[in-house]
Amino acid sequence: MKNPLDSILGTIISGLILTFVLFSFVKHFVLAGV
Amino acid sequence: MGIFRWLHIMAGITWIGLLYYFNLVQVPAMKDAAADGTAAGISKHVAPRALLWFRWSAVATWLMGAALLGPSFSAAFTLQAGYTGIGIGAWLGSIMLFNVWVLIWPNQQKILGLVSATDDEKAKARRVAFLASRTNMMLSVPMLFFMANGLSHKALIGL
Repeated sequence: MKNPLDSILGTIISGLILTFVLFSFVKHFVLAGV
Repeated sequence: MGIFRWLHIMAGITWIGLLYYFNLVQVPAMKDAAADGTAAGISKHVAPRALLWFRWSAVATWLMGAALLGPSFSAAFTLQAGYTGIGIGAWLGSIMLFNVWVLIWPNQQKILGLVSATDDEKAKARRVAFLASRTNMMLSVPMLFFMANGLSHKALIGL
């Protein structure tokens, strides 16, 4: 499998996915515990 | 506090601007330059200067960010209520600083011939530095999302 970081587009898409994952983590696990 | 915000943003623009320069301009240009025999000029005159500003602006960004957080530093890094957004941003920025000084800079020194390395070591260093740089570019996307957390984000997404 090709590493997504080998292309600029793959890097940016990975960053957007990570943003969504972290945002969901914060909303559902961190803030939900407050 | 206001002066730290100003300095943090100026240093951050320098750091991330150079990160994007490396990934969007210099790395692709080096491939073309190697093909027509002009890569040595970039390696000798451009890359060392860009890396100097890159690694020290990374330190300045982190220090000014820490000063800006002030007494809220631990609240941010432990993701306390009200500091979750900036806390995630601070963690991502810290990981990126680690990548600059532990993975990118030592390997770039081998690639540019600033420290001695065999051809095999240089090839490995090139791949590690490349992936660390690309990782930082990827991390910059959520880092900026969470770092820019402010009143607008609070109203829009509740962080």
